[in-house]
Amino acid sequence: MLSGTVTSLTVVLIVIFLFKEGLGVFDKKPVEDGYVIALNKNNPVQKLSSEQIKNIYDQKITHWSELGGKPDSIVLFRLEDISNFYSDDEIGANFEGLPNCINRLIDSLPDIIAFFPDKYLDKNFKGKQLAVDKISFKEFFGGKEWFPTAQPSAQLGVLPLILGTLWVSLGAILLALPLGLAAAVYMSEIANDRVRRIMKPLIELLAGIPSVVYGFFGLVIIVPLIQKTFNLPVGETGLAGSIVLGIMALPTIITISEDAMRNTPRAMKEASLALGASKWQTIYKVVVPYSISGISAGAILGIGRAIGETMAVLMVTGNAAVIPHSILEPVRTIPATIAAELGEAPNGGLHYKALFALGCILFLITLFINLTVEFISNRNKYNKH
Amino acid sequence: MNKIESKDVNFFYGASQALKNINIAIKPNTVTALIGPSGCGKSTYLRLFNRMNDLIDNTKINGQVLIDGDDIYAKGVNVDSLRKKVGMVFQKPNPFPKTIFENVAYGLRVNGISDKKLIEERVETSIKQVVLWDEVKDKLKKSAFELSGGQQQRLCIARALAIQPSILLMDEPTSALDPISTAKVEELIYELKTKYTIVIVTHNMQQAGRVSDTTAFFYMGELIEHDNTKTIFTNPKIERTQNYITGRFG
Amino acid sequence: MPDENKLAKSKKRKQAVAFGIFRILTYSIVAILFIILSFIIYKGISVINWNFITQMPTEGMTKGGIFPAIVGTLCLVAGSMIFAFPVGVLAAIYMNEYVKDGIIKKIIKQMTNNLAGIPSIVFGLFGMSLFVNKLHFGDSILAGSLTLGLLALPVVIRTTEESLKAVDNTFRHASLGLGATKWETTRRVVLPIAFPNIITGLILSIGRVSGETAPILFTVAAYFLPKLPTSIFDQAMALPYHLYVLSTSGTDIEATRPIAYGTALVLIIIVLIANLLANGLRKYFGKKVKMN
Ligand SMILES: Nc1ncnc2c1ncn2[C@@H]1O[C@H](COP(=O)(O)OP(=O)(O)OP(=O)(O)O)[C@@H](O)[C@H]1O
Ligand SMILES: [Mg+2]
Repeated sequence: MLSGTVTSLTVVLIVIFLFKEGLGVFDKKPVEDGYVIALNKNNPVQKLSSEQIKNIYDQKITHWSELGGKPDSIVLFRLEDISNFYSDDEIGANFEGLPNCINRLIDSLPDIIAFFPDKYLDKNFKGKQLAVDKISFKEFFGGKEWFPTAQPSAQLGVLPLILGTLWVSLGAILLALPLGLAAAVYMSEIANDRVRRIMKPLIELLAGIPSVVYGFFGLVIIVPLIQKTFNLPVGETGLAGSIVLGIMALPTIITISEDAMRNTPRAMKEASLALGASKWQTIYKVVVPYSISGISAGAILGIGRAIGETMAVLMVTGNAAVIPHSILEPVRTIPATIAAELGEAPNGGLHYKALFALGCILFLITLFINLTVEFISNRNKYNKH
Repeated sequence: MNKIESKDVNFFYGASQALKNINIAIKPNTVTALIGPSGCGKSTYLRLFNRMNDLIDNTKINGQVLIDGDDIYAKGVNVDSLRKKVGMVFQKPNPFPKTIFENVAYGLRVNGISDKKLIEERVETSIKQVVLWDEVKDKLKKSAFELSGGQQQRLCIARALAIQPSILLMDEPTSALDPISTAKVEELIYELKTKYTIVIVTHNMQQAGRVSDTTAFFYMGELIEHDNTKTIFTNPKIERTQNYITGRFG
Repeated sequence: MPDENKLAKSKKRKQAVAFGIFRILTYSIVAILFIILSFIIYKGISVINWNFITQMPTEGMTKGGIFPAIVGTLCLVAGSMIFAFPVGVLAAIYMNEYVKDGIIKKIIKQMTNNLAGIPSIVFGLFGMSLFVNKLHFGDSILAGSLTLGLLALPVVIRTTEESLKAVDNTFRHASLGLGATKWETTRRVVLPIAFPNIITGLILSIGRVSGETAPILFTVAAYFLPKLPTSIFDQAMALPYHLYVLSTSGTDIEATRPIAYGTALVLIIIVLIANLLANGLRKYFGKKVKMN
């Protein structure tokens, strides 16, 4: 009895663990635990968003007036700047004077913004600590920058990752669909039994090759080829990812759509041929329309395979977390981001949770794909009594 | 001249012989019924006339099948054109997953007719021919699956007629239908005889008696007897035919 | 009506062109497969020898063999199958022999499908948060095996189910008719008949599991270990992860290339053997079990 429900149980557990960690991201502030951002106590600015903080430190925002404050230019302060203001003696050999120094500095400079560990916060601190917003849904899904280790404020916009994933998968499916459908038609309708018996295991083999091996092959063959052909600085591009993923999606597309076409009732095909239609006419006028839902299921599952694929993409796409403008630029997908960054993300921290949130997105996408396929094939059954 | 003629036809599925030395001549504008116990080769024989058995791997035919005097298994014969001339209706209604109109238009389209008016005309006459027009004229754009089984079968006949064949092959065309639909199809066969040569496979003795001019009795791949339907049913020359018809073996 | 001969000719020509294109496209897929295989075999074959298989990596993984990675992968395959095989087979038996058709069966089916559709990196995340962190297994063979086992579960369930379905119902009825209980019937009649196909499924899942990287990244895989694992709570190296490391982040990528080719070839060989074995078995026992 328990064994019967083991898969359901696993799915439920996966959902619980994934979402517990993933949703935790919205409970966190983008400024790392143990750090504070402080202003002079006379500064009217009370609150800053993660993006504003980043823009300040990137010097894209240079005046407090842009943030609703006084029309003065912002003075940036990071811990390492301290020696510009105080001597080593004042700071002390073991930084015992540091809190005091920072306190005095903030108090003396009305336009300062300071970022430092909270252990250096003076007991009678005269500045004010800045309230930082928690990460919002809007920031997370609409943010255009993914830079989770940025100091002082992490940037967690998943938009480039989502777009990167869709971009690469779309390219993959555009490459794989014509090839895969042609092979499916060929195997189910044109080739004789002998050819079919040879082809089947070959397609299965294609499905069986591990994704690292595809990634490795892509890295040593396809990437240099793309670099040379298009004369690029690097060959690790979205295109390389699409090609590798396209190859990997082939078996799914072929197997499922071939199955669907083979399920076309013999009577239907015979009726067409008996009316003087050629075999080719029968294929595109009867077999393909009849099995169209199975064919779309194959295509959708192929996309699903591409979206979820990790290692091969990680190895060939160059992993730049920016919104791609062409297929000849490096891109980064959701799974590749998780694989590349989870190892360095401190357990339970903001980055860690953000990666789990990415996992949630991935999970939801694939769930959606599965249910769509299920829906399509159910509707199909109903249509054909 | 005979419309269809088969001379010493043997047919094999792989190594097993399904038809043995069949000789039959069929006159134009007649209905010929093929009867016999299950597995005796009726369908196999019928499907020789439009080369439908070509679709099955590992089959072999020898002997001659002549239609209008030409050997249809000769080299260089275009099978698509042959099938245009020899229409077929199957045991179970098998409309395409298309509209009623497109089902009938299908044969015209695949045979290179694109003149819209001509297609509409042909579709209408064909559907009228099978006495279905009044029932479907308002829903030609609806899926053919929405019709009843009997209507579907008549639609399939209309589909076959639209490309104006001269021969119509029917493999148990009423076995999936209710009595009323069956009666309609039988009536139709009787009327179509004036224009077409019809070969029909049936398990229903009364049906064979009602619609056919001649009847051929098959047994285990052999043609036992072929004669006027009346003769076969009232006065067969061979005892086995008699036994079959009177139901003494099945 | 257009001229009969012209029409026939044009139909033939169109068909020939279309079929020609399909044939070329299909063969190009075969060509892609062969290019990948032959490239890796060609580059890897000169690297593989007895020492490569049985020695530890040396000199920053630019020399020596891949023995610990092979051992690690063997451990993981064994570990995951010890978990997934019995559980999966039992689940399939339960589904196929005991649950009646209906809403429950549908839900279970749907869940199995969903599980099969979850990307492997998500399994990795899950394995990390449950086994590594929550249950405090740490990065270990145990955590990795369990994660891989969950991933393989749908494969085992599906192949087993199909082999059970292939068993003719008359066998069941005959046995039940003789007064055997359902479980006895399953154990003594159904399982023995379905056994070869179930084994085929097992082999296929082994092939699948041995090549998976994403689920083991954060649950067990080690970049480099100077010694072999001694317990299930140790970290281990693994072939697919080793290939990833060698091809992207080795100390000297050019110098590690040959080893990478060798590792890729070893992986390919495992997959090839699994596929050949499965196909051979299938042919031998004459019944079909679906892959993937
Ligand atoms: N595709 C096939 N492959 C091999 N043998 C076949 C095939 N189709 C029919 N046969 C065999 O050929 C013989 C004749 O079959 P056929 O279908 O012509 O019989 P039938 O008279 O139409 O029977 P029924 O009345 O049941 O339709 C049978 O023994 C059958 O098993
Ligand atoms: Mg028959």
